Amino acid sequence: MKPLRRTPLAADALDGTDRVLINRMQDGLPLVPHPFAALATDLGLEEDALIARIQAMREIGAITRFGPFFDAEAMGGAFCLCAMEVPSNRFDAVMTLVNAHPQVAHNYERTHRLNMWFVLACERAAQIKQTAEQIERETGFPVLLFPKEHEFFIGFKVTA
Amino acid sequence: MTINALDRRIIAATTGGLPLTPAPFAEVASWLGVPEQTVIDRMAAMLDTGVIRRVAIAPNHYALGMTANGMSVWDVDNARAIELGAQVGAFEFVSHCYLRPRADGWPYNLFAMIHGHNRDEVEILRAQIAALLGPACRASDILYSTRILKKTGLRLTEGGQ
Repeated sequence: MKPLRRTPLAADALDGTDRVLINRMQDGLPLVPHPFAALATDLGLEEDALIARIQAMREIGAITRFGPFFDAEAMGGAFCLCAMEVPSNRFDAVMTLVNAHPQVAHNYERTHRLNMWFVLACERAAQIKQTAEQIERETGFPVLLFPKEHEFFIGFKVTA
Repeated sequence: MTINALDRRIIAATTGGLPLTPAPFAEVASWLGVPEQTVIDRMAAMLDTGVIRRVAIAPNHYALGMTANGMSVWDVDNARAIELGAQVGAFEFVSHCYLRPRADGWPYNLFAMIHGHNRDEVEILRAQIAALLGPACRASDILYSTRILKKTGLRLTEGGQ
């Protein structure tokens, strides 16, 4: 898989039709044998031409993927956001210890006294606490657990 | 909510995405040796139960110029946290919105990830949330990420537990 592009595309990299496609295809496509057909008709495009545009946008990194978005928790996994306060002179050593755990899915340095934020992804809930405690023993610093208590429906949309 | 063995095979076959062809479900069906309609029916069932949130494209918000993001955190009155959190999550610029427990030295219970074209815009959007929360919010902060230390995709094995 290509690494995620993290810099903006040139302003003329996408045309108006590309932008409409991005805006319309974020919300979801129908589960039918030809999921692109109705949208193609709407936009006055051939189905193949629409697909070629999506392919091209994926090539230049405007789109990262097309497919189902899974709710990992609904599939039975256990997840927890965790935070640590790590002194700057120990930061890289602690990062190495934390990242070595395969249960650490992402890890970010952030601007706060609590400067290391990572997500633990385990198969069972009990493993969250076990992994956090193991990280505490290995690093000598406390791991704060921030499990989600309530998830709100998200209206997030990127306007292309 | 239960997912069966075929569901797991469909999930494993599509975690990387669907093929970009006119009939992507038919192609997945051919990989798995089942009828196209079976794949569509199982995916529709998973959509109903929430295992699949949607079948869609994922825009790369960095490529589209949304390069700044901040994790905004808010100390919101417990009695109003559900009601107000729902309104915060509905903003188009918020990509994740959760209630989480407070901790020692951490008074915040509402977390909302804000995306913008630059940090100035993120601060303006943050002010919109502050205005919405009003006096129900006692304190807030925002944490910007300065470095990605690790990022791996979700892994799910076909025979997973």
